[in-house]
Amino acid sequence: MDWLYVLMPISGVKIFWPGLVILGLGVGILGGFFGMGAAWMVTPGLNILGFPMAFAIGTDIAHMAGKSIIATARHGKFGNVDYRLGFIMIIGTIIGFEVGAQMIMWFERIGKVELYVRVLYLVLLAFITYMVFTDIAKRRKKERDARAAGKEVDKLATGIEWYKTLHKIKIPPMIHFKQSMIVCSAWLPIFVSFLTGWLAGILGIGGGLIRMPSLIYFVGVPTHVAVGTDLFEVMISGIYGTATYTYKGRTELLAALIMLCGAAIGAQIGAVATKYVKGYGIRYAFGVCVVGCAVSIILKMIARAYNLIFFDVASTVVILGLTGSVAFYIFINMIRGARKELAMKRAAAASQISAGQ
Amino acid sequence: MRKFWAKIMGLGVMALLLLPEIAGAAGPAEAPVIIVADSRNLTGLMKWWANLYNESHFYFTILTYICILTAGLSLAALADVVMKHIGIDLRSRELAEH
Repeated sequence: MDWLYVLMPISGVKIFWPGLVILGLGVGILGGFFGMGAAWMVTPGLNILGFPMAFAIGTDIAHMAGKSIIATARHGKFGNVDYRLGFIMIIGTIIGFEVGAQMIMWFERIGKVELYVRVLYLVLLAFITYMVFTDIAKRRKKERDARAAGKEVDKLATGIEWYKTLHKIKIPPMIHFKQSMIVCSAWLPIFVSFLTGWLAGILGIGGGLIRMPSLIYFVGVPTHVAVGTDLFEVMISGIYGTATYTYKGRTELLAALIMLCGAAIGAQIGAVATKYVKGYGIRYAFGVCVVGCAVSIILKMIARAYNLIFFDVASTVVILGLTGSVAFYIFINMIRGARKELAMKRAAAASQISAGQ
Repeated sequence: MRKFWAKIMGLGVMALLLLPEIAGAAGPAEAPVIIVADSRNLTGLMKWWANLYNESHFYFTILTYICILTAGLSLAALADVVMKHIGIDLRSRELAEH
């Protein structure tokens, strides 16, 4: 079974390559569906496969750059990417990320970096969970009320409507974001991207996990467009991250390319699945992933605080098990949707032929 | 009242998790790590790649960049061909919901 292992030229470790393909496939599906890099899942995954931690992050970012190019291209064709919004947000993201990174240096100097980062991460995940599930509950209530009144709820209705209040702030320049179907001050997405970039800089993550819900709840972007536009941002940060991490010698190209083979298929599955899943379906699955991420971090904190290996293993099992299940759910939805679409096309073609005869 | 106790419990769990971290936060700073690729056991392209890493991170970065972008773009084009062959409409999304 030696052929199943490949020697990595830089890190010098032998890696089970089918594991890399499967990991790439899983994160590709999640990334294409939710519009994020899913670094919080890849890094422990690579570590389990035997990668030294020093190479796990750089390799993850390199494969993320390739994967997000594929997924952004696909979402772009569906009309899910608001390029104008994406370019405006880059300004805020870069400045915010740098401010966040500087704050981390400051935390390091006072010796409290790990503590602050973990607390902030947990608070943030709790807030995202609250937003997603409150939004879903409110939207369901609207549906129930509409049904009780014998009406149907508006397809564009949302549960949480904070963005409507924020759109009332009319500081020039006001911009019409055609793809997102919103008109708002350019300062709103700049400010939101600054905040999300700042948090991403502090937490040392790509930021998709924060940016996607922020686009929905604060900027008022429809779910599908939020996913596509976020992927565009992930692509830009991935391309930049690949350069910096590789220059620091922390990228194992061979592993990134092997992962990319799986991620290329996964990103397509995830992106195409958004065609068949309603916006609120995406929000619900995203909320479940965030809860899983929070549980995993709590388990990791217990493991570190009390030196209990069991909790460390449990943390990894939770994160990989949950994300694997969600990836499977997305895959099944994509297959079902594609089958339905193809069956409809065949039926239409058959009826055309019979009408011609 | 139940909400109040839930909050108290949450804060208690948080304190239990964080106290040991506060105590261990002031550890010594780590020394910077310099990584060198061991090319002795490698042959051919792999050996050349490992040597490039050791000699110049700049050229190593440029080549990594080119490889990742080329792989990403060509795999995207390949996937397009496969999806079109299956018959999935890749130009429109009919679902319109916020």
